[in-house]
Amino acid sequence: MMHFNLPFSKADLCSLRAGDEVLISGTVYTARDQAHKRLCAAIDAGEPLKVDLRGAVLYYTGPSPARPGRICGSAGPTTSSRMDKFTPKLLRATGLFAMIGKGSRNDEVIQAMRETGSVYFAAAGGAGAYLAKCITGVKIICYEDLGTEAIRELTVKDFPLITAIDSYGGSLYS
Amino acid sequence: MKEISCSVIKEGVKALCAKAAFTLPGDVLLLLERAEKKETLSRAKNLLHVCIKNAEIAHSEKMPVCQDTGSAVFFVEAGNMVKITGGLLTDAIQEGTREGYTSHYLRSSVINDPVFTRQNTKDNTPAVIHFFPVEGDTLKIILAPKGGGSENMSQIAMLSPTGGREAVEDFVIHTVISAGGNPCPPLIVGVGIGGTFEYAALLAKKALLRTPAGSPSPESRYAGLERTILDRINERGSGPQGLGGRTTALAVHIEYYPCHIASLPVAVNMNCHAARHAELIL
Repeated sequence: MMHFNLPFSKADLCSLRAGDEVLISGTVYTARDQAHKRLCAAIDAGEPLKVDLRGAVLYYTGPSPARPGRICGSAGPTTSSRMDKFTPKLLRATGLFAMIGKGSRNDEVIQAMRETGSVYFAAAGGAGAYLAKCITGVKIICYEDLGTEAIRELTVKDFPLITAIDSYGGSLYS
Repeated sequence: MKEISCSVIKEGVKALCAKAAFTLPGDVLLLLERAEKKETLSRAKNLLHVCIKNAEIAHSEKMPVCQDTGSAVFFVEAGNMVKITGGLLTDAIQEGTREGYTSHYLRSSVINDPVFTRQNTKDNTPAVIHFFPVEGDTLKIILAPKGGGSENMSQIAMLSPTGGREAVEDFVIHTVISAGGNPCPPLIVGVGIGGTFEYAALLAKKALLRTPAGSPSPESRYAGLERTILDRINERGSGPQGLGGRTTALAVHIEYYPCHIASLPVAVNMNCHAARHAELIL
């Protein structure tokens, strides 16, 4: 098991291979379908993004609402392949370092990951209550009108992940 | 006639929303525990262990088993000796869903218009409700919250009527394996065979509700087909989360119905390992 304090360095990403199990601590940003659509529309329009994705980790999740007195509701990964049509653009335009989701990615995403040296991690799908135990802070950053699909900054502690596709294109799905 | 008031139904549905979201049914948990023991690949074993721990945390802390608390899908069996008072049954169920999802901090995942506005309704309504008239003086309401990830991987095919068992097996297995890790395996695979285009899909959904999960079809030929498909799926090694292992499916349930001479409809409705459902009998 490898431990990483975020942000990742390029050397961290290069050291990871598909199959490596890791625990990450630090800041990740949530984004799913509608947030991806808006981020890519902003890139296309040449507008500044409302979140700085340089060196960042994106987590594809839409948490359930937090009960009063709790930090976060359940927050497991959603299906990553729905983000595939946006991901190459984000990787090339923003300097995004890593993504967390569930399920495989298409060839265009893997090609962009190899070009940019980024990594895709799988979190345990359907284990949102378990994963929420590793979330110690939640803050909405932008697109609040999207509700659960807003971009949130999550602070995580020892968040468990499996390196599913590495920066060399090595994949657990192939 | 037995009278049941809409306010009782609404309160019952409200409680059902919480029960279904927070508590993984014991039969599904048992299948996960058995699968964990059988897995030899450590990554797969660990992932199954996480599913089991997740269910424990969700139940004890009143957290949703999965953040995707689903579309609220209801199967309602209304006895012919039951009279609903104080309004319409469908309104009572919708109102119970609205209050259940909001008051128990469940995620609202339903949008009002699929193509144009896609505005979140913010209370997870409208629910999808299937009514079945039955004999008797009870009202049975089953809630099966259905997550988007596994629903998206579901498929229907109108196969050649001469394709027979082999064509059915191949279609179901292809559907499950090509879904990979997207629907959160290990899965319960619901298969509806026969009827018409839409009826096969309903049968597949109904198949997901079989209890206990993993029990065989009462018809021996279909029970044999279920076993064969389950074995062939798990031989492929896709595993929990599609990351390798022998547990890609926990169970295959088939429901069937007579159909047209020209047709062999087959629908595959997948459920993730968080195969939630809860029932209320009034």
